[in-house]
Amino acid sequence: MTKYRINKTRFVDQTKTVSFTFDGKKYHGFEGDTLASALLSNGIHLIGRSFKYHRPRGIMSCGSEEPNAICQINDNTDLTEPNVRATEIELYEGLKASSQNCWPSLNFDIGGINNFISPFIPAGFYYKTFMWPKSFWKKIYEPLIRLSAGLGKSPTQPDPDIYDHKHEHCDVLVIGGGISGIISAKIAAKNNLKTILIEDKNILGGSTIYQNNKNFIIDNQKSNEWLMNEISELEKLDNLIIKTRTSLAAFHSYNYLLAKENISDHLPLDKKNSSIRQRLWKIRADKVIVAAGAIERPLIFNNNDRPGIILANSVKKYLDFYGVSTGLNNIIFTNNDSAYETAVSLFEKGISVKIVDIRKKSSSNIVKNAEDLGIKIYWNSTVVNTFGYKKIKSIEIMNLSEDGSNVTGNKHKIQCDCLSISGGWTPMVHMHTQSGGKLDFREIDQVFVPTEKCENHINVGSCNGDFELEEIVKNTNYKVKKFLNINEGGFDKISVLCSKESEKKNIWLLPNTISESKTKSFIDFQNDSTAKDIKLALREGFKSIEHVKRYTTTGMATDQGKLSNMHALGIIADTAGVKMGTLGTTTFRPPFTPLTFGAIVGRSVGKFFDIVRKTSIHEWHVQNNAKFENVGQWKRPWYYPINNENLHEAVQRESKAARDSAGILDASTLGKIDIQGSDASEFLNRVYTNAWSKLGIGKCRYGLMLNEDGMVYDDGVTTRLGENHYLMTTTTGGAANVLSKLEDYLQTEWPELDVYLTSVTDHYSTASICGPNSKKILNKLFPNKDFSDEAFPHMSYQDAIIDKIECRIMRISFTGELSYEINVESKYGKSLWENCIAAGEEYKITPYGTETMHLLRAEKGFIIVGQDTDGTMTPIDLQMDWIVSKKKYDFIGKRSLYRSDTMREDRKQLVGLLTDDPNEILEEGAQIVSELDKKPVEMIGHVTSSYFSPNLNKSIALAVVKGGKKMNGQKLFVPMENKNINVTVSDFIFFDKENKRINA
Amino acid sequence: MFVINCPYCGERDQSEFSCGGEAHIVRPKQPTELSDDEWAEYLFMRKNIKGVQFERWNHAHGCRKWFNMVRDTSNDKIHAVYKMGEEPPVI
Repeated sequence: MTKYRINKTRFVDQTKTVSFTFDGKKYHGFEGDTLASALLSNGIHLIGRSFKYHRPRGIMSCGSEEPNAICQINDNTDLTEPNVRATEIELYEGLKASSQNCWPSLNFDIGGINNFISPFIPAGFYYKTFMWPKSFWKKIYEPLIRLSAGLGKSPTQPDPDIYDHKHEHCDVLVIGGGISGIISAKIAAKNNLKTILIEDKNILGGSTIYQNNKNFIIDNQKSNEWLMNEISELEKLDNLIIKTRTSLAAFHSYNYLLAKENISDHLPLDKKNSSIRQRLWKIRADKVIVAAGAIERPLIFNNNDRPGIILANSVKKYLDFYGVSTGLNNIIFTNNDSAYETAVSLFEKGISVKIVDIRKKSSSNIVKNAEDLGIKIYWNSTVVNTFGYKKIKSIEIMNLSEDGSNVTGNKHKIQCDCLSISGGWTPMVHMHTQSGGKLDFREIDQVFVPTEKCENHINVGSCNGDFELEEIVKNTNYKVKKFLNINEGGFDKISVLCSKESEKKNIWLLPNTISESKTKSFIDFQNDSTAKDIKLALREGFKSIEHVKRYTTTGMATDQGKLSNMHALGIIADTAGVKMGTLGTTTFRPPFTPLTFGAIVGRSVGKFFDIVRKTSIHEWHVQNNAKFENVGQWKRPWYYPINNENLHEAVQRESKAARDSAGILDASTLGKIDIQGSDASEFLNRVYTNAWSKLGIGKCRYGLMLNEDGMVYDDGVTTRLGENHYLMTTTTGGAANVLSKLEDYLQTEWPELDVYLTSVTDHYSTASICGPNSKKILNKLFPNKDFSDEAFPHMSYQDAIIDKIECRIMRISFTGELSYEINVESKYGKSLWENCIAAGEEYKITPYGTETMHLLRAEKGFIIVGQDTDGTMTPIDLQMDWIVSKKKYDFIGKRSLYRSDTMREDRKQLVGLLTDDPNEILEEGAQIVSELDKKPVEMIGHVTSSYFSPNLNKSIALAVVKGGKKMNGQKLFVPMENKNINVTVSDFIFFDKENKRINA
Repeated sequence: MFVINCPYCGERDQSEFSCGGEAHIVRPKQPTELSDDEWAEYLFMRKNIKGVQFERWNHAHGCRKWFNMVRDTSNDKIHAVYKMGEEPPVI
C-alpha cells in the first residue's frame, strides 16, 4: 500500500492491483478506484495547467463538477479522448492518461508566463486587443489564438467504437441513486409501477453510503449500514431496472429524457473491443422523480486554486470510499457544518486536522463531536492567502470583522498539505429547469430551489434543497407517496437522528487586506475567471447575468459552471447591491455532462448515415464504369468515362453521340405520382399554371407548379392515362415535397375534390432513348408498333409489350431530340435497359449521365428547377409566359403574379450568356456586373448553368440578370479573381430554335 | 419532444409529425378580387404567438393526415387536437 492509502473500504478491492500510466510514468491503483483516487493514492495532486494563466491545477472534487483534473486518455491511439475528468473515469488495466494544456511538460510549462503577465490579460482581453491593426488578424492573431485554444487534442483517426441507441418506456424514472433516489425507487417499484433507476456512478448509495458517523442514525443503525440493507432489498425487486454508470444528459418536455450508459469505458483495453462502448437511452416516462443531489460549493479567496485545495466532502469520499488520504496535515475551511463530518472522519483515521470557520459558532451535534475530539477550530476566521506553487504548503488566516465585510487583526500562518474547502451546497436543479421548471431563491442558505409547480415530475432530496438527513428521508417518503398517489410508502414509521445546522453564514467573496486587483480569487477554475474579472465586467457596464457570463466566460467551460455560477451571481448581486433572487440564473442547457459524438449519432454512421436509393438499373451502371452523383438520396449516373476520360471529355463525347445518333439515360429517379378520381382534371387545373381539362387521353403535357407566392416550385410532364387517371412526374429531388403539398391542398383547402394521390416513384423504371436514331431502335424493340409521327406523335403515350412485359412508352423530350421514355415495372428495369443497349448497338447507342442531360437541355434553354431557379423566380421571370394560362380563373400562385413586386420590370430574369472568347467557360454561381468601375460594384445577376457545347462548339451559359429580358445583345462582365470575362446577353435557346429535331 | 394525440392514430412521438404553421387561415375563394394588401395578409401575415396558438400539423410519418392542434408555445402544453373542418375549441 502506498503512503496515502490509509484505509480499507468495501468499495475498493485492495487485493486486485491495476496498473496505469500518467504522463508516461507507471503507477498502481486498485479495482474500484477512479483515475483521480488512484493518482491521489500515489500522492499526485498536480494534474494539469489552467486554460488561460497556465497555473498548476490539481484534483478538486470527486465527480462531474470537476473543473481542473481533466486528462487526455490513451493519447496517440484511435481510442484517444480529450477532456476526460479524472474524477469520473474508472481505473482499468493499461489506462494511459496524460495532462493537457502544458508544454513542454506538466512540471515545466512555458505558458506559465501568462500567470505573471496576467494584469495585462483581463476579461475581454481578446475583444479589446486583437482589433488592430486590421491586417494582423489573418496572419498573426488568428493562428496564435488557434494554437492556444482548446485544452485537449481531438482524435485524428476514425472512432473504432460502436455506439447504440435504445428506446424505453416506464411508469416512473428515478434520476439519481443516492438515499432519496433509493427510497423513491423502492416506493414506486413496490407499488407495481415499472420503474427505472439511473445512477451515474458504478454503485448506488450517493454520499450516504460512506457516511459512517454516529451522529447520523436511521432505525438504530448508522445511515450507511441502513442504506446498504435497503440497496440489497432494492436489487431483489422485479419491476425495477437499475442502470448504474448511466448519467442523465437531457430532460425534455413531456418527460422525454436522454441518458448515456457507459458500457465499456471501465473495461481493460483488451476487453473493450467486443463490446458496445456507450448506449444512449431515450426514455419516455410517465412520471419522473429527480433525486440528483447537490454539489458542494467552493469558497472564493485569494489563490484558492492551488493543487491540494479540495472540496471538503470530496476529501471525505476519497478517505471513506476509496481509502485514500488527500493529505496528512489537513486544514478545513468552511462556512457550514457538513465539513465537520470530514474533520471527524480525518481525525478518526489519525490524520492531523484543523478547522477554519467563518461563522462565530455552531452548536450542532457534529460540531460538538469535533470539539470533543479536541480538533482546533478557528472561529470567525477566513483564509486570506495560500502558498505553494505545485502543491499547497501553507495558508494565512485572519479574523473577520463584525459584519464580515473586512478582515481584522494579525495574519496567522498555518502549515498544511491539503486544504479542504466547503462553501455550502448547491442543489442540482439542472434537470428541473431543463424540463421547464422554475426556481425560487431561498435567502436563509442562499440557494435556488425548485418551485413546487410541476405536473409530471418532482424533485426530492438535496436537489430539492433538503440538506439534512431527517428532512431528506421524511420529505422524500411524503412527496413520492403524494406524487404517485400511494397510501403506504414503507418508510412511514422510520426514525432518523441527525446533526442539525442552526447557524448559517455565507460570504460570496471573502474579504482580504490587499486590493482586489492584486488578488486571484478564482470563480471559474476551468476558464480561469476571477472575482476581479466579474467586477471589471460590471464596471464596464455589463448588467445582465447572461452578458457577464459571456464577457468573462464564467461558466462556459465543459463543466458548465457547476462550481462557479452561484458565486458569479452572488458577487454580481453584492457588487450591484441587488438581491440575488431577483437576478435569476443563467439557462441550464443540456447535456448535463458532455456527450460523445458517438453516443449522439449511435449507429447512424458510415453507410447507415443516410438512406441510399438506387434504381433497378444501378448494377449495370456500376459495371459500365459510371461515376455517380447524389441527387437527394438517389445515386444517379453522372457520366460514364471510357479510357480514363475526365468529366469534361466524357460529357463532350456523350453529348455529341446523343445528338448525332442515339443516347440512353436512366430516368427512373424522376418523382411519379399516380392521380385518380373524378376531379383529377380539375385538380391539375388548380395546381399547374396551364390548362389541363382539354388534354386528350393518351397525351402528355409539360406543367409548371408554383408556390402560393408565385414562385416556381416544380415542373414535369404529366400524362393522361384515362378519363380520370393521370401520371404526374416531378423533379427527382422535389418528389416528396410535391406529394406533401398536393396532399395538403386536397385535405385542407379542397376536401370536396374526388382525387386520390399515390406515390409510385419506386414502382417504375424508366429508360429514356433520344437522338435521330431513337425511332429505329424503338422499331427494333417493338417490331409490331407503328412509330410514325402520325400514329405516335410527340407528347403522346402508348402501351406496349416487350418480352411479355407490359410497358408504357411516352414520346417526350428533355433534350430537344426525338426521344422516347420506356417505363416498366421496376423489377424488369435492368432487363429492359439491356434490351435497349443491345438493340441500339448498331447505332452506337451511348449511355449518358446527369451532366450530359444538363448540357443537352441547356443547349435548348430548358430550365432545371432548383438550378436555374431558387425560389425567387416567377414563370414570367423565366420568360415562360406561354405556360401561364390567362383564361383560368385561379391556380396556386396566380394572384401573386399580379402583385406589384412580382410585376417589377427590374426583377432578375432568365437570359442566355455567350462569352466573347468561345472557349471560356463561365463558373456557375459567378456574379455579373454591367459597370466595372462603379463603386461599390453592383451585382446585377449570376450565372446559373454553364457548359461547353460540343454541338455548337462554343461556351454557353444561362443566367439570371436584373431586367435581362430587354438586354439582348448587351455587353456585360463576369469578374473573376484574376480577370474580367466579357460576355454578351443572348437568347437562352442556343440550339435548334425551330424545334425541327423533335420530329426528325 | 412532445407526444401528440393524432385524431386518427392516437398518441405518437413528435418526430412522426411536421408542423404546418398557423391554422384557420382559409385560402380566399376569389383571389383575383383581392387587393395586394388583402392578398399579402393571407399570404405572409402569421401571428406567431407566445402562448396559446392554433396550428396545423401533419402526421407525416404515419397516416399522413392533416389536423389542427392547440398548443401553448411557451411550454408546449397541448390543449386540444381536432380534425380538419371541425370547429376550433374555445380555450
